[in-house]
Amino acid sequence: MQLTVNGKTVEVDVEPDMPLLWVLRDELGLTGTKYGCGIAQCGACTVHVGGMPVRACQMAAADVDGDIVTIEGLGTPEALHAVQAAWIEHQVVQCGYCQSGQIMAAAALLDSNPEPSDEDIDAVMSANLCRCGTYPRIREAVKTAATKLQGA
Amino acid sequence: MGRIATITRRTLLVGAVAVAGGVAFGTWRYRTPYANPLLDGLGEREAAITPYVRIDADGVTLITPRADKGQGVYHVQAALLAEELDVDLDQVRVDPGPPSKAYWNTALAEEAADFMVPSAGMMQEAATVGLSAVMKFIGLQITGGSTTVPDQFEKLRRAGAVARETLKAAAAKQAGVSVARLKTERGEVILPDGSRVTYVELAPIAATIEPVNDVALRDPSQWRLIGKPMQRIDMVAKCTGTQVYGIDESIDGMVHATVLLNPAQRGPINGFDASAAGKMRGVKAVVPVTGGVGIVADNTWRAFQAAKAVKADWGKTAFPDTMDGHWKALADSFVSDRQDSRNRDDGNVETAIAESAPVEAEYRAPYLAHAPLEPISAIVRVGDDGVDVWTGTQIPRFTQANVAKITGVDSEKVRVHVYMMGGSFGHRLEDEVVKQAAEIAVQMKGTPVKLTYSREQDMTHDFPRQIAMARLRGTVKDGKVETMDLGIAMPSVMASQMSRQGLSTAGPDNQIVAGAWDQPFAIPNQRITGYRTPDLAPISSWRSVGASSNGFFYNAALDELVEAAGADPMQERLRLCNDPLARKVLEAVAGMSNWTSARPGEKRGRGVALTKSFGVHCAEVVEVTDTPNGIRIDKAWVAAEVGTVVDPVNFDNLVKGGVIFGLAHAMNCEITYTGGIADQTNFHAFEGLRFYQCPEIEVRGLENGSRVHGIGEPPVPPAAPALAGAIFAATGTRLREMPFNKFVDFA
Repeated sequence: MQLTVNGKTVEVDVEPDMPLLWVLRDELGLTGTKYGCGIAQCGACTVHVGGMPVRACQMAAADVDGDIVTIEGLGTPEALHAVQAAWIEHQVVQCGYCQSGQIMAAAALLDSNPEPSDEDIDAVMSANLCRCGTYPRIREAVKTAATKLQGA
Repeated sequence: MGRIATITRRTLLVGAVAVAGGVAFGTWRYRTPYANPLLDGLGEREAAITPYVRIDADGVTLITPRADKGQGVYHVQAALLAEELDVDLDQVRVDPGPPSKAYWNTALAEEAADFMVPSAGMMQEAATVGLSAVMKFIGLQITGGSTTVPDQFEKLRRAGAVARETLKAAAAKQAGVSVARLKTERGEVILPDGSRVTYVELAPIAATIEPVNDVALRDPSQWRLIGKPMQRIDMVAKCTGTQVYGIDESIDGMVHATVLLNPAQRGPINGFDASAAGKMRGVKAVVPVTGGVGIVADNTWRAFQAAKAVKADWGKTAFPDTMDGHWKALADSFVSDRQDSRNRDDGNVETAIAESAPVEAEYRAPYLAHAPLEPISAIVRVGDDGVDVWTGTQIPRFTQANVAKITGVDSEKVRVHVYMMGGSFGHRLEDEVVKQAAEIAVQMKGTPVKLTYSREQDMTHDFPRQIAMARLRGTVKDGKVETMDLGIAMPSVMASQMSRQGLSTAGPDNQIVAGAWDQPFAIPNQRITGYRTPDLAPISSWRSVGASSNGFFYNAALDELVEAAGADPMQERLRLCNDPLARKVLEAVAGMSNWTSARPGEKRGRGVALTKSFGVHCAEVVEVTDTPNGIRIDKAWVAAEVGTVVDPVNFDNLVKGGVIFGLAHAMNCEITYTGGIADQTNFHAFEGLRFYQCPEIEVRGLENGSRVHGIGEPPVPPAAPALAGAIFAATGTRLREMPFNKFVDFA
């Protein structure tokens, strides 16, 4: 089947029910998207499909109905997305393993809701687990990113 | 703080060796229990050095030998080197030891072993070590530096200073000027006329001269980096998906495997039927491993799917079938036969208790999974020229020996390439995943086998935090706490953990009373007794180890007595405190939280706790509100005494993370076993603290002490008791057992 990932069209030969997560990681070598739980409890595998945040561990390859953007496509070390820049400015990460998913979730939130309230941020970001406890800095970074995106 | 180190040549000599196009600086290795054939062909001097700084045509590389599991030790190590070397972190590369350069990596493995194995005898074949050595091993290992930071703090700065002075000597020689007239800045030597020569240009000359070891470390007032906010070096990679963790690595020709293990922890396998699994798409092999089956495929998901299709006949575990059985074993341990230690016995507990009706209570702490978000994985390739292991591990040296044994290859030919870890919390002090990957790889010679645990395998086959129980008897007199007689029972974490490395232990296990026996409170009659419960489920070191349960027991018991005395939890702690450093920590949180009472308002409550663990006094105040939806944690204040805060940003981040870790597990986490099978399989049943539940946290690092300490673990133990105290103040419900959601709801 054909998928469009980070602007490139790729052909993959996989079962229809293989989760997008494993297509990305093991078939396409895009390992920025992380496996954490496999049951949509941790959010580490969050990517955008057709502009919407999805848990790649729960989306079957055959059900992908839009262009896919992963953390590698959101921005790069040389050309950071505003959310990534805010994460770096606030020095959010510790182990960093959940942060691809956190950043993708935050970017999708700010796409649809440029001025989120604390409650809006709570509602979206509570779907992503961080075992190191970086939540206080995530909150600050989301707010900074929102301000920057609005000014852009 | 501010002791200037003077290290003699005898204790630490920094050497220099020529490398292609440049020079490397490092410490000479004195203890080399094993010759290493990888060093064949290298010059004697090259082989004998453990490098920290390499300067060649590619630039300056700082080599950071300690493994990083998220706590930022790569960054901290680089900063310590850069401080004296006069380079900035934005102009150097930081290298934990690239797998492509076996020589360096091997040298690093030796260095790591020095950190991890204080007694060289520990790795020797006579597999008996005293628990004091094991204790040291754990202290060094799990803290990521609680006990090694003082050592590294001087060692790495000194390596940087020797490199800098040697480069200056090279510049002096080249330019024909006096060294005293030279300065250094941003990787360059500045000559008297203002012209600059880069370290890269000077490196070949530096390699030909004697290293300048007669250097004094700079006074703290001159520090450019230490103590100031720094940009952590792994931040960009981790925010762009470009950080490669062990689970992300890919080796040419690699296959993807998983394991299906006996659901009953450590139970045997009697046989299996893989006929259906073997026919599934992408499946390459189904092979036996110890206690289970290895499933090899061309994609991780296909391996996971095939594992579900394997039918196996499992044997039983040896430990109790029900949790009641586990608790009974703990309850039965409070007898003299099981007494492991009584490190503290002040005043006369028995007399005091005989004279008044004692306060009595029992406390419980459950098994807890480590559950770092990166499930454990390892890649192993058994080749003609030895074995390569690619994994995130805190015990590369043990792993090397274990893989050697499984593959029948000399351990000198087992190369362990260590990766950034997506958390650990002690999980990667175990290496079952590497052993199983080796068991599979040895059956598929030449093929790199990547073994990835599913989350379910990771959680149910973790070696969890100890289960523990404590019993209090105490008295109060004239509004003051007079007597605390605290007994703590648990199986030995050290014995369980070491047994999996083939090591037996002897003597008392101080972790049974860690975080309780040595607390800075002068209760007139105070007795702390450790009781050793026979082994139950296998257990392992979990962030802050014994103190993770005992910090709760001690502070909860103290709170119970404070209440009986009619005293204030903060004021009574301050009154009893007999350590000036601890007192300042308590005063700090009292001031930060503006503590006046445990009941700041209607439905609101505050708790305070202080635990000394890993040499660090850490005090926390937690404030909650009893809302219609349950307990809401509003705010936490934390102060910790660490001597010197190396990087305030990383410090703040680690302290907040430690508090959240402590609160999260106290709220709603436990592992329970039914018939030896863990009942919790994934994060739906081991949830922790979600974003919306996270309180605001205010942090202060105190620098009154003379010793430098790490901060990875000390914030964990006081969090649960401070929360329990706050809930009691808000609701009147005294919580004596974790997790607390068995008794109260959380909003």
